[in-house]
Amino acid sequence: MHIPDGFIDGTTSAGAAVVAAGGLGATLRRAGEVLDERRVPLAGLVAAFVFAVQMLNFPVASGTSGHLLGGALAAVLVGPAVGAVCVSVVLAVQALLFADGGLSALGLNTLNMALVTAFGGYAVFVLVRRVTSRTSSSVVLAAGIAAAISVVLSALAFTLEYALGGTGTASVPAVAGAMVGVHVLIGIGEGVITALVVGTVLATRPDLVWGARGLTIDQPAASVAEGAAS
Amino acid sequence: MKGLSRRRRFGLAAFVAAGLIVALVLAFFVSPSASGDPDGLDKVAIDRGFADTETDPALGDAPTAGYEVRGVDDDRMSTGLAGVIGVAVTFAVAGGVMLIVTRTRRTGPARGVRH
Repeated sequence: MHIPDGFIDGTTSAGAAVVAAGGLGATLRRAGEVLDERRVPLAGLVAAFVFAVQMLNFPVASGTSGHLLGGALAAVLVGPAVGAVCVSVVLAVQALLFADGGLSALGLNTLNMALVTAFGGYAVFVLVRRVTSRTSSSVVLAAGIAAAISVVLSALAFTLEYALGGTGTASVPAVAGAMVGVHVLIGIGEGVITALVVGTVLATRPDLVWGARGLTIDQPAASVAEGAAS
Repeated sequence: MKGLSRRRRFGLAAFVAAGLIVALVLAFFVSPSASGDPDGLDKVAIDRGFADTETDPALGDAPTAGYEVRGVDDDRMSTGLAGVIGVAVTFAVAGGVMLIVTRTRRTGPARGVRH
């Protein structure tokens, strides 16, 4: 999903950089307000983990692979603001050290893969939580669904940018259809990985999961809450 | 020794350390086996005929460009080491950025008037 240099014209890329910088500035301020200083290493871990898992391309269809974007995962673990900052750092490291994602496309990529996935994914997460029970399995389910949809949102964001400044000759509807089609498949992988990771953290240190803050952590109490909800 | 396995005994530092070990293992041992096929966007670019609009990356000469550490001939080792470098740098940068923004919040106004 990393956009290289050249796919999107300079004007659109520069515009995206300005929007991404503005969004990231506000997000950094928000992240500073919500993160307890003692949990700074946890934010570092989330970013490092997303970097590692982004390297693990899995096959999705003939001759096509996908990898975790991680914005929704990070948002559920440490909140959308801190999560978006984490993935933005991942993207910057990838572009600067590994030439993965164009330098001129860093704004585009930050928008699509950090801001859209973290905030869009978290919005879906909150919606799903609202219609499901207050249990840890609902948190896992909501995280998985949010992650899957976040990948499609990210693909749509690229399509919009292609419509505004794509240098290719393919029509926008053709690109839109192809992008959504393949990213639905990648989204399934994203959802499974996200659900597994959130489930693992919930089983180890449920108090560290931002998206599970409404849950009573004690198992017996959680069962009572579950009983009351149904 | 059942008490030791109670979840609340798993401290934050131990959790972060364990998580970092998992990330390093994935980056070093698993990432060299990852699929090398084009990802979703690249595949669409190929199929829809705009892959050739890609230009050479400005930082393509970086010593770790393309997740290969220059000078390391073994492919698996080269990719694995690039992964380890990436995990370490990402942890440090993300932690550093978050430390700065959490501290700026606390001491922000005071810092603002300092000369």
